[in-house]
Amino acid sequence: MTDSAAAGSSHRDAEGPYYGPYGGRWMPESLIAALDEVEQTFGEAREDEEFVAEYQRLCRDYTGRPSLLAEVPRFAAEQGAARILLKREDLNHTGSHKINNVLGQALLARRMGKTRLIAETGAGQHGVATATAAALMGMECMIYMGAEDTRRQALNVARMRLLGAEVVAVEHGAKTLKDAINEALRDWVATVENTHYLLGTVTGPHPFPSMVRWFHQVIGEEAREQMLAQEGRLPDAVAACVGGGSNAMGLFHAFLDDAEVALHGYEAGGDGVETGRHAAAITLGRSGVLHGARSYLMQDEDGQTLDSHSISAGLDYPSVGPEHAHLADSGRAIYEPVTDAECMTAFETLCRTEGIIPAIESAHALAGAARLSAAWTAEDPAAAAEKIIVVSLSGRGDKDVGTAAEWFDLLDAEQQEQQEQQEQQDEDEQDEDEQGDETGVQA
Amino acid sequence: MSITADAVEAARAEGRSAFIGYLPAGYPDKETSIAAAIALAENGADVLEIGIPYSDPVMDGPVIQQATTEVLARGFRMDEVFEIVAAVTAATDAAVLVMTYWNLIDRMGPEVFARRLAEAGGAGAITPDLTPDEAGAWIAAAEAHDLDRVFLAAPTSTPERMRRIAEASRGFVYGVSLMGVTGARTEVSDAAERVVSAAHSAGAGRVCVGLGVSTRSHVEEIGGYADGVIVGTALVAALRDGGVEAVAAKAAELSGRA
Repeated sequence: MTDSAAAGSSHRDAEGPYYGPYGGRWMPESLIAALDEVEQTFGEAREDEEFVAEYQRLCRDYTGRPSLLAEVPRFAAEQGAARILLKREDLNHTGSHKINNVLGQALLARRMGKTRLIAETGAGQHGVATATAAALMGMECMIYMGAEDTRRQALNVARMRLLGAEVVAVEHGAKTLKDAINEALRDWVATVENTHYLLGTVTGPHPFPSMVRWFHQVIGEEAREQMLAQEGRLPDAVAACVGGGSNAMGLFHAFLDDAEVALHGYEAGGDGVETGRHAAAITLGRSGVLHGARSYLMQDEDGQTLDSHSISAGLDYPSVGPEHAHLADSGRAIYEPVTDAECMTAFETLCRTEGIIPAIESAHALAGAARLSAAWTAEDPAAAAEKIIVVSLSGRGDKDVGTAAEWFDLLDAEQQEQQEQQEQQDEDEQDEDEQGDETGVQA
Repeated sequence: MSITADAVEAARAEGRSAFIGYLPAGYPDKETSIAAAIALAENGADVLEIGIPYSDPVMDGPVIQQATTEVLARGFRMDEVFEIVAAVTAATDAAVLVMTYWNLIDRMGPEVFARRLAEAGGAGAITPDLTPDEAGAWIAAAEAHDLDRVFLAAPTSTPERMRRIAEASRGFVYGVSLMGVTGARTEVSDAAERVVSAAHSAGAGRVCVGLGVSTRSHVEEIGGYADGVIVGTALVAALRDGGVEAVAAKAAELSGRA
């Protein structure tokens, strides 16, 4: 795919378990055998032509790949002089990039003889994708989701249930993504014989960071080829949002050896990093271990994990994939926070100028691209007009319409009341789920 | 040499398996947790495990999670652990281990953590999310301060891994009896016996079994093949429901002194 990989020295060669000082496998002994099995199966499968062909067939015929690389001139014109192209992962089946990894791991689970998939989910996109793959392959499916997130993303909870998955609202801790991962790990420790934990991002113990990235590499590989075919050159910058960082790693990977392409990751800045209410792990974290990997981590002086905050459930995570931590230290990629307010401005602009409703997660990357274009334009408008930014539009925003309606005050009083009633109903349902959860964990 | 190994061996010399009891540090408050740990030792525990509350305890079941979440919510700090260990070691002859998730040691620095634990009279640490593969810094710090380190062995651990676990451990090897998180169960899986035998074969001097032990009959059954029996959730539930007296009574029952 690339013509520039220098032997031995390329970031593209990073296969884990370590990325500089990050990564590794900080896990209970009870899970080591399962991780070894996943590592070995993945290692064999990626070299197996039949497996790769089956995966590619699903990506094409089920997901609808390749996804488009499309220019958004009206959006770009409001930001500055640079051109902006979107990698339209939102057009994938299930509405986000998550399906790339899920189909790959579900095929691996089948290869290992597992009959049950479990997963954590934040915004619900990974949960929906996992429930979809389970339906497609006739597997049992259980999704762990923070109770706070089941409220913000009620529509995705319903989607997962329609797809036949059981959704467990996790009431521990901050009731968001990290707590959902804790609960999924507890499930896996007890059910590892028949269950695969389909981790949804490039965090976690080895081999997850390198394996999940491998299944998402198609994003950057396609974008790079499309740029060369459509524009006859590489972009000046690529931009992606970073929670755990799977769509960003998938996009970045193909460009790691292209020194002329700047790599920009945008973390959730929440109310602003100075308020403490954010999820900007690289910006304000320090090295620590959570969920099996060493990486940047939001933690207090004792090493207790801090609660993260973001308007976007999918980025509401206090750590980040270890490969991102390494790319940040090495300077190859640049990571900056985007606040809720900046992100929602970009969200609204894309809706209004292009007729595309982005996921709030992806809107962080749009806001970052807007910032880049504005800065270049201020410096040298003529030069900026020659520049191209590729943004990963990692997901679509149907699930976020309720949040946006609230943010922009788009509902009249009667609708407001209806929405509140709906939220109350959701909470009542969650109470029932909790009782179910309790017996499940006790077993 | 090893405070923990001596405590387990002393029990073996009496013709019984060691009784190892877990309680969370600072639950429900610092003074009560000290009193409960001392009561546990006075009622038959040869080794005490003081669990350090952690924000993301993936190996703990609901009872222990609920207790440690309460402790964190009231503003627990790491300094408390060393105060508790010092108070308990001053009052009993039991070996006192801490049980901790890795990031708490990592944040303090393994060397500082080991020094402070040793100064408090602690025997060493059980590290449920640390395997020998990632334990280089911890083993070095523990060696420097003559501390025991207890690693977990699982029913799924290969013979090669068992050897590494046995080599890296000092004090005993913690055999996970059931694939699962902590929590009281009515039956202990027969996987426990296989783990003990595999760990012994791999060279472990002492293998103690935990996760799922809640009754005297479990203790007797496991004591038939393990060097020690570890009880956690049942004691935490007793402390929650009946305070220090209930811990004393449960410990006496489990150790066969009741």
